[in-house]
Amino acid sequence: MQAVFFYLFATIMIASAGVVIFARNPVHSVLFLILAFCNGAGLFLLAGAEFLAMILIVVYVGAVAVLFLFVVMMLDVDFAELKQGFIKYLPIGAAVGVVVLAELGMVAIGWRSAPSASEAVANPIIPQMSNTAALGQILYTKYVIFFQASALVLLTAMIGAIVLTLHHKPNIKRQKIEEQNARTRENVIEIKKVPFRTGV
Amino acid sequence: MSDGWTSAISDFFIAYPLLLATVKSVLLAVALLIYVAYVILADRKIWAAVQLRRGPNVVGPWGLLQSFADFIKFALKEPVIPDVANKGIFLFAPFIMATLSIAAWAVIPVADGWAVGDINVGILYIFALSSLGVYGVIMGGWASNSKYPFLSALRSAAQMVSYEVSIGFVIITVLLCAGSLNLTDIVNAQDTSFGMAGWYWLRLFPMFIIFFVSALAETNRPPFDLVEAESELVAGFMIEYSATPYVLFMLAEYVAIVTMCALLTILFFGGWLPPIKIAPFTYVPGVIWFILKVSFFFFFFAMVKAFVPRYRYDQLMRLGWKVFLPISLAMVIIVAAVLQFWPAGPAGV
Repeated sequence: MQAVFFYLFATIMIASAGVVIFARNPVHSVLFLILAFCNGAGLFLLAGAEFLAMILIVVYVGAVAVLFLFVVMMLDVDFAELKQGFIKYLPIGAAVGVVVLAELGMVAIGWRSAPSASEAVANPIIPQMSNTAALGQILYTKYVIFFQASALVLLTAMIGAIVLTLHHKPNIKRQKIEEQNARTRENVIEIKKVPFRTGV
Repeated sequence: MSDGWTSAISDFFIAYPLLLATVKSVLLAVALLIYVAYVILADRKIWAAVQLRRGPNVVGPWGLLQSFADFIKFALKEPVIPDVANKGIFLFAPFIMATLSIAAWAVIPVADGWAVGDINVGILYIFALSSLGVYGVIMGGWASNSKYPFLSALRSAAQMVSYEVSIGFVIITVLLCAGSLNLTDIVNAQDTSFGMAGWYWLRLFPMFIIFFVSALAETNRPPFDLVEAESELVAGFMIEYSATPYVLFMLAEYVAIVTMCALLTILFFGGWLPPIKIAPFTYVPGVIWFILKVSFFFFFFAMVKAFVPRYRYDQLMRLGWKVFLPISLAMVIIVAAVLQFWPAGPAGV
């Protein structure tokens, strides 16, 4: 049963990753990327990592891919222009691909797991503990410095993005909620006595 | 005789766990869809009552069969697909939205032990599915290949993503108190001797309100229904939809609303627990309490629709990012600090 689902998820994942590259319409590419993410979550579930599976969906599919889709839909892409330089760039692209493939191959051949890893697999964490709790335990004790450091990196990126995109134009009318709430009848309305036939 | 039969049936289902899960899912889905049919009717009736109208009252006694009549009408209509639409995605969008919204019910415990899948990360599963719900809207709006649906889809995507953030933080405060991501455990954590006063709505009061308002925004209910603001966008992202695809969108919307009501019930209102732990209340089965509580929250959803005017888009964004997000973030820190320094206090009653 597990094997059937493993091959199902893996096949769909690789196929949809292929479609991401080959699809003509960039929106279709993003949608297939989402399908690949979902199948990745399925593989995590099969491996018993339910927390990672759900976080993959929440973060990548629910937030990151939405932004991708947003950008891709807003872009006015000219497909003919996009296809124009294909032959010209093919050798460079192929060269980069070959290099990456070779590197991956070397990594895969030279892969050696840590001596304690097989031991750890044989004696998993305490069975009563859910894998969310186990992750939390190790992330906030042993790896707390790395955890905080990666949070700081993200914070820097966030501040950078805000600084780059936030422009305060001077001559724009803005709604100031606190100013509106501070208005009272006394300082807004002035009642004038208007004498008949003379006006104010 | 009956004993032999029940044991034979239970043996059969123990032998085929997948079949058991299928039967459970089908039963739950049918019950949910019938409930949703009446929720739609209740929505219209409550709205009508607030405006001193009668509402639907022709089909069946008191209009009770109105939703079914509407469904048959929609199902028999010819679905019109616009010529310039991206057909595959256009038809896929309502389908995916309806599937995702119903799938969320797989982990919701309607009574003690009555969940189809009682998984460890139940609340994350629901959160993940509700964050996927935005795709139905974006895909539908984009595939229609028309201006108004597209504008509305972009709007609503931004709206749903924004309010998910505060919903996430509210859920974290509940998780901190309950100490588990399993929905059954969250309900059991609220089972104190104080009955109703021990549920999280009182212990985490401001979060309860924030969750309710964010749930309105997340499900695109008025006063945050900018997705289909008919005064500006004709009919929102589903202008081009008709017949069955439209029904699927509408169904998905109402199922999502009921899911949010169920989530409010589980996280803040003690799920299937009786409000007072004395004799006549404890005799009532848990599933009845659950349905009553969900209906109670739906009543508030309907009332808000009837008498709160629609927000402007910038006000909606301001509320989400500048009011709810800081408050819920501060609450996460406060709740965590209280639990750390006074563990027996609020959580361990």
